[in-house]
Amino acid sequence: MGTHVLDDWGGLSLDELLRDCRDLVEDPDYPTVRRWREAGGKVVGHFEVYFPEEIVAAAGLLPVKIHGAPIEARQGDAHFGSNLCSIVKTSLELALSGRLELEMFVSHPICDTARNLAAVWGRNVPYPCEILYLPQNATSRHAATYLRGEYQRLQRGVEEIAGRTVNDDDLRRAIAVYNENRRLLRRLYEIKRETPWLLQVDEAYVLVALGGRIPREEHNLLLSAVIPMLEQRGTAPQDRMRIVFEGGFCEQPPLDLLTTIAQSSYVVDDDLLIGLRWLSEDVATDGDPLANLATAYLDHSSYSPVQHDDRKPKEEMLLRRIRESGAGAAIISAAKMCEPGLDEQVPYVRALEAEGIPYFVNEFEENMTSFDSLQIQLETFIENVLFAGAEV
Amino acid sequence: MDNDTSPKVAPQATLDSSELVGRGNREGNRLFKEWYGRVSSGPERGEKAAYVFVMGSAAELFESFGFNLVLPEINGLQTAVRHVAEDYIDQAEGYGFATDVCGYVKADVGMQLRGGDHPMGRIPPPDLALQTNVCNTYIKWGEIWERLYHVPVVTLDIPGSRAAGRLPGRGHVDYENDLAYVRGQVDELVEVCEQVSGRRFDQDRLVEAMSHANSMTRDWVRVLELNKSRPAVYNAVTDGTVYLGAVNALRGRVEGADYFRDVVEELEYKASHGLGTPFEERHRLAFVGVPCYPIYRKFSEMFTQHGGIFVGSSYTWFASGGWSTGYEYDLAHPLDSLAEGLLVTGRAAMDTMFHVDRVLAEMAEPYGIDGIVFHAIKSCRTVSSGLADSRRAVLEQADVNALLIDSDHMDPRVVAEAGMRNRVDAFFEGLETRRLLAGARS
Repeated sequence: MGTHVLDDWGGLSLDELLRDCRDLVEDPDYPTVRRWREAGGKVVGHFEVYFPEEIVAAAGLLPVKIHGAPIEARQGDAHFGSNLCSIVKTSLELALSGRLELEMFVSHPICDTARNLAAVWGRNVPYPCEILYLPQNATSRHAATYLRGEYQRLQRGVEEIAGRTVNDDDLRRAIAVYNENRRLLRRLYEIKRETPWLLQVDEAYVLVALGGRIPREEHNLLLSAVIPMLEQRGTAPQDRMRIVFEGGFCEQPPLDLLTTIAQSSYVVDDDLLIGLRWLSEDVATDGDPLANLATAYLDHSSYSPVQHDDRKPKEEMLLRRIRESGAGAAIISAAKMCEPGLDEQVPYVRALEAEGIPYFVNEFEENMTSFDSLQIQLETFIENVLFAGAEV
Repeated sequence: MDNDTSPKVAPQATLDSSELVGRGNREGNRLFKEWYGRVSSGPERGEKAAYVFVMGSAAELFESFGFNLVLPEINGLQTAVRHVAEDYIDQAEGYGFATDVCGYVKADVGMQLRGGDHPMGRIPPPDLALQTNVCNTYIKWGEIWERLYHVPVVTLDIPGSRAAGRLPGRGHVDYENDLAYVRGQVDELVEVCEQVSGRRFDQDRLVEAMSHANSMTRDWVRVLELNKSRPAVYNAVTDGTVYLGAVNALRGRVEGADYFRDVVEELEYKASHGLGTPFEERHRLAFVGVPCYPIYRKFSEMFTQHGGIFVGSSYTWFASGGWSTGYEYDLAHPLDSLAEGLLVTGRAAMDTMFHVDRVLAEMAEPYGIDGIVFHAIKSCRTVSSGLADSRRAVLEQADVNALLIDSDHMDPRVVAEAGMRNRVDAFFEGLETRRLLAGARS
């Protein structure tokens, strides 16, 4: 389906493009998805963290990443307890309020709340809702075969929604589109690491996030145009601390929080929306495409607190992220009430202390609106590190 | 037409009531203390400790290798019942764990930091641990032991139901894919058990343990069924928790099989003689969630003082590891059947948490349930995240009253007893009013 869902952006300046991307990402009414539906398209929504969008795209459907929204969960609140993260409530709110219309919803066993989310969602909407059981025993010799079968099961469900079958060539074409997208996203993060003054964390965020709500072919066109403009941006480097932000693998911090951080530091790497960047290498386009996707998920992928993999101890992966990005400090964040994120703060902090790397610990919520206190704390932290070498 | 759904019980004339009634609780407590003693003194005998969780414990396999089972959730709840949980939780929070992390996890971390010191004994550190994904927090918990002790921590990934009521069975491509995955992981677990224990896998010992487990399972299903009796023959929250301790701690052992044979004998006797719990039964209730252990006795009294007896409890379904399904091992194919048992029971345990509304709606009539108490706890997102929505769904399906209360199963700092009592009182006023109205109509 060759539908374009973005307004014509030809001729816009970089700043205008970034502004428009930000507006789209912050719009809880998902105008790009609405446009897709108005053209007769169908939509599969998937919750954090990783989802093999290629399988949905191969069927001609639009995969949409659902990661909460800066909205009041008027209906969503009533379906959940009080001691839960915000993202499950606002994500459900998107569906119950009619802002986001879907033909199918998929969640993952990333945490105990997310598994409940699929059940709650399913009790309250008429379309299929299910869990995609991504393997939690990533080092089992049987994980890849199992995951291939699980992807095949997903494919059958997607085919029912699409009203057509998906063959290997459809999958290979989708994988090629996503490989190109992965290449462009890797380039975006290279710019952040190598010349962070050219691309602020909030700007990179909106460029990545937009991919979760438009066809990837269109995202590729956009990134292909934006990246050269970034490379030629005339911003001069400033004397700012290079920092890694960790804690954005599921619920996302408000964009204004990222903007606040950007005012005092260069975020040279992060785990924001890591699911959209989960596969770290291109996926093979020859052979069995579902097996290739399964292998890529297990063996050529990033890390997060909600995937258990003995080969990727999280604190070691964080230290590697810091080293490879040349960062001098880390923000160790977690969404409020996010148990996996809060669990992981303990080994992160211990590893950073052992390595003598300064860190700043905080919690956020997607709906928070006041950042003055954070700004003061962060500036104090940075001053301490720069002038006293102290930890906060 | 016979509408009596009470379990059929053969009259037993020769048994002595004073010996029988209450035996399950007395023996359960004795065996439980004995088990803790065995675990505590295990290192003195050179025995190794396997840390496992109540859902997906694979207890029969560990029994066949001679490991002592350590059940960290039970360790945790024991600190709460004995009013010392806060000390352990404080210690873990001092170590860095946030207030919003599971209380069981923090009690265990506190215990590990003080060298295994526990009100029931001295818990040895793990030589091996098994974590299933039936609760995601299990996996994060296991990662803590990996970091503390650098011992093998094996993940057993059990795919659950993909959607409510979607339960493919044998022969279905999706079921067979899941089963092959679990079967492969069982082989990998056996390899680790061999390495850690220094013993070769002994199929005969596994079959023996599975045979005891089969006996326990048959009796466990019978125990659950017997509470259709009027009056209920036990309180599913208080007595049920004693039985659950034995289900988990003694699984695969001969004393576990003997114990449940005796429990069934006791409860059948009570059913045939019309004997109930020590309290007047005015309202038959179902309980959903985990009990409030920091005020365990008072929590129970909030209901019994109004004549509210819990005839069923979702805790007895999921915290038995899903053995309420009645799955029995095929002893001719022990490892194949162990894998299938883990898949079927693990999936069932998850279903009784995520899709509990379906089970409750089905049990309301045969168990004669008047009301359902949903107890959401701050610590446990697995059990509690969907309770508000489940309550709403059940009310659409079954003609019952329902109460949703919040507290915690570990941390006394978040248990607001007075507020909870007010809500429970109001719930019973509603039940009484409903009874009066029903009486007036009839």
